[in-house]
Amino acid sequence: MKKHYRILEYALSSLLRRKYKNLALFFIYTLIVCLLSSVMFLTHSLKQEAINVFIDAPELIVQRLLGGRHDLIPLSYVDTIKSFPGVATVTPRFWGYYYDSLTGGNYTVMALTSNASLNLITGRMPEEGECAVGKGVAQARQLDINDALFFTLASEQKLMLKVVGIFTANSSVLTNDLVIFDKNDVIRFFALDKAKATDLMVKINNESEIATVANKIKRTLPDTRPITRSEILRTYENVFNWRGGMALVLFCGALLAFFIFAWDKATGLSAEERQEIGILKAIGWETSDVLTLKFWESTVISFTSFLTGVILGYIHVFEFGGTIFVPILKGWSILFPPFDPMPYIDLYQIVVIFFLTVVPYLASTIIPSWKAAIADPDTIMRT
Amino acid sequence: MILHPGILALFIGEGLVIAMSLYASLLGVEVLRRWDINSSSEEQLRLERRTYLISTLMMYVMFYEVLSLFLYIYTLDSIHVIFVGAMCATGTLNANDIGWYALYIKIIVFFLSSSWIAINYLDNSAEDYPLVRAKYKLLLLITPFIVFCGFLLVKYFLGLKPDIITSCCGSLFSDESKKVSGSLAGLPIKAMMVTFYASATLLLPLIVLSITLRNSFLKYLTAVNSFAFFFISMLSIISFISIYFYELPMHHCPFDILQDTYGYVGYPLYSTLFTGVFFSLISGIVEPLKKIQSLTKTVERAQKMWLAISAIGIIAFVTISTWPIIFSSFKVDM
Repeated sequence: MKKHYRILEYALSSLLRRKYKNLALFFIYTLIVCLLSSVMFLTHSLKQEAINVFIDAPELIVQRLLGGRHDLIPLSYVDTIKSFPGVATVTPRFWGYYYDSLTGGNYTVMALTSNASLNLITGRMPEEGECAVGKGVAQARQLDINDALFFTLASEQKLMLKVVGIFTANSSVLTNDLVIFDKNDVIRFFALDKAKATDLMVKINNESEIATVANKIKRTLPDTRPITRSEILRTYENVFNWRGGMALVLFCGALLAFFIFAWDKATGLSAEERQEIGILKAIGWETSDVLTLKFWESTVISFTSFLTGVILGYIHVFEFGGTIFVPILKGWSILFPPFDPMPYIDLYQIVVIFFLTVVPYLASTIIPSWKAAIADPDTIMRT
Repeated sequence: MILHPGILALFIGEGLVIAMSLYASLLGVEVLRRWDINSSSEEQLRLERRTYLISTLMMYVMFYEVLSLFLYIYTLDSIHVIFVGAMCATGTLNANDIGWYALYIKIIVFFLSSSWIAINYLDNSAEDYPLVRAKYKLLLLITPFIVFCGFLLVKYFLGLKPDIITSCCGSLFSDESKKVSGSLAGLPIKAMMVTFYASATLLLPLIVLSITLRNSFLKYLTAVNSFAFFFISMLSIISFISIYFYELPMHHCPFDILQDTYGYVGYPLYSTLFTGVFFSLISGIVEPLKKIQSLTKTVERAQKMWLAISAIGIIAFVTISTWPIIFSSFKVDM
């Protein structure tokens, strides 16, 4: 143990003696780790955000398909579905998107349903002629209670609503783009068919029956598409895994270049370093000691760069919102809210970054270290 | 194929260790063929230098195997969400049988490569390198395992198909029949508890006796016992140790204890078990090496140290597993 401590001490001093060479390595190494960790952190928080959006989502959503595309669902389906054993409630939902030209963002306009888990900050939920807005929307439009909000689609479809409530939701996406109307206002504003809803929200008593009920709906009403919450979550998980993985695959080239660089650095010993090893061996160091020394050198470089890189990645993502990678990873172009990822560090992420960078780096320095360590002191000092 | 960062990391790592172990065996073959300790030719010097490279490579491979075992389980756990019905790593493993084999082979590779390091340590402490041939033969045995393990791992991950929403309808209707179950059935708790504590109380005195007495038979007996203890412990973790950590009588998963919800208790649990069992085993395995004159003293010294570590490991393991049984408010009707 003491021996390792001494060798580590020597390794540190020898690294410091070759400051500039090692600094160059440190910078590139840190940059690589920083990029990778940014991708990982960002993917993870986007995933988390998606989960937050859907954690309060109904167990089952039933949509109608027409020509392979989402269509309005007849309200007569409500009773059919309600008659299935195991179904607790069926609630039609009325919602749509509204492009707000003032802020240049999309709002989700939704009719008030009973189970929306929104936390009102002030005011109450709307009745006809009124609306409630998410905190983000309120900030963007500088709204307060009793202010009027104007919506317009075409000459016939326009609404002037009084803001009666401001709310937050578990997810910042919902907080930032949701506007709640009364049901009749939504129908009037979007000029919906009175006998139809956007989709149906099905509540099921027993969680393990969801798949069975979904199956039954699909069989009885073949023009519908039942989507379970777990399916949505699974799909999002995959989408973000794929996006993150894709970014990592793109980085593989950069990683490879870095490892070749590291290999090259470790191989190309200067005459001075060669002489140093020669002297060490001449004064009684064994080959294994020199190998240990080289191991400690690369470990010190690895861990310093790894930690710095992860910290920089953390700052990049959670302080600056991951500016560089948001466009690649987020995917939707005009999400109105500024995306503020929740600072969160998962041990697993760190381990994966470690495996992607430190493990190959240490591997790439083994053979060069050995080559340096076996050198014959006699030959070295003669040259 | 799922493009998950953890899977990519495992692919890169497996590729590296396969390349490294193949290279090490290639060098090892040459050492096996040409090794002659009495020669003072340049060839022999070259070979001796080469042994350093091989042992460094193997050291790296061993550390990788230890770490990647955890990364593998962790990755399985983190991708369980994308399979219908999977609740943790077990569910992911059930999604495709090969995953279990990859896990078993990984554990075997871990034990084999640690044994190699231990034997290498003994060999390097003797001046005439008496174990060179045995060592490199063992290396040639380990390499196929490493390659096979990497192959299984890649095959497993490539064979995984996530259940996602397809354009026509939810995926759940397409493969409802292939649902995976998320938990393992456990063995009867009481019987398993008796077996576990009986084998632990048998093993510990055996280890202590092996440290104090020079009897060869005892060393073998300890090794065999610790080998049995390993399996008994694994079954016990599934049967009753896990449920005390989860405080759920029906939850037998051996992987969930690695999660932060349970304070990462799985890591000390498994590492103490692996350490304890490995060091007893290796003390038995190296027993025949005592016959080699230049090794007798080293082996004896190493055995004492290893057995002591083993005893500490097993005591720690039993303590960690017993802790919630005694101190938690959770009680199981047996």
